[in-house]
Amino acid sequence: MDTRQKPLLNYCIALGDDSLMLGHRLSEWCRNGPFLEEDLALTNVALDFIGRARLFYTYAAEVEGRGRGEDDIAYLRDCREYRNLLINELPNGDFAFTMARQLMVDAFDMAFFTRLMQSGDQMLAAIAAKAIKESRYHLRRSQDWIIRLGDGTRESHQRTQNAFNQLWGYTAEMFETPDAEQQLVETGIAVNRNTLKADWTTTVHAVLKQATLDIPADDWAIGGGRDGQHTEHLGYLLAELQYLQRTYPGQQW
Amino acid sequence: MNQQNLPLFEVFIRSKRGLDHRHVGSLHAEDPAQALDYARDVYLRRSEGVSIWVVRSSDITASQESDVESFCEPMDDKPYRHATHYKLPKEVDNM
Repeated sequence: MDTRQKPLLNYCIALGDDSLMLGHRLSEWCRNGPFLEEDLALTNVALDFIGRARLFYTYAAEVEGRGRGEDDIAYLRDCREYRNLLINELPNGDFAFTMARQLMVDAFDMAFFTRLMQSGDQMLAAIAAKAIKESRYHLRRSQDWIIRLGDGTRESHQRTQNAFNQLWGYTAEMFETPDAEQQLVETGIAVNRNTLKADWTTTVHAVLKQATLDIPADDWAIGGGRDGQHTEHLGYLLAELQYLQRTYPGQQW
Repeated sequence: MNQQNLPLFEVFIRSKRGLDHRHVGSLHAEDPAQALDYARDVYLRRSEGVSIWVVRSSDITASQESDVESFCEPMDDKPYRHATHYKLPKEVDNM
């Protein structure tokens, strides 16, 4: 691999990690959904994210050109080597927590992929063009649920408000452009994350308002995912995610 | 959430432009908008169609099994009511 490709490789892996972790979390709802239809819908969304992860990893493997495949990247790394943002690895909590996270990620993805479609890298632009169609639908769902839950019963309102309060500080990381990405931003390949905050804020605030929820205060922020510094939850997630490939190396079906 | 409290909807899908919507099944949802979203997830994931209708099941008035005799059978001995009873001129070809 040309060492000049290293930032692109890392960018693809980080974006793949974001999708894989959230996709895995959503897949944990399979057969645990509140009712059958929602169970199917959530699992469909999980599959969209896992599909996205595959596209990013496959491209990463191609850029790297050292014979690793998508599975090697997905399954055969240690905790500190994963680069996903922390919000994606947090346990599902209750349904309100899952949907609150989903709203914030979906609103972000809409802004992010809209811009990634303009990327100078054709493959990234093509992945973004596919992802944006999915995200449009994801956002429609998460918006709808947050309004139902926030403007629902006293209990659903309280649970949803708690979820936003607990998640708010994890969103800061979405808008930081790490040094390693800066170079790609300058060459028109990566998205400048700092520019996405305004769109995201407009979307999320409008939904919270309609859902009669309070906008949490910006008084704490946590990050580190892009540097491989994760919450304690990632290790447990990986133990389950990687179990099969670790126990039966190279297994396929 | 209890599924028993959710109203039932019937789902109709148009598989191609120009064809009629066909009944494909039913599902539970809070309201028509949500039923439409779920119909997409439950019945439209593998390119089964281009358009969806959902109708609250309780809004459908249906004939009963006991109506079969009076509703359907009287037609059987009146073949002239069917287009196929009449000889078509050759020029018409297929009808």
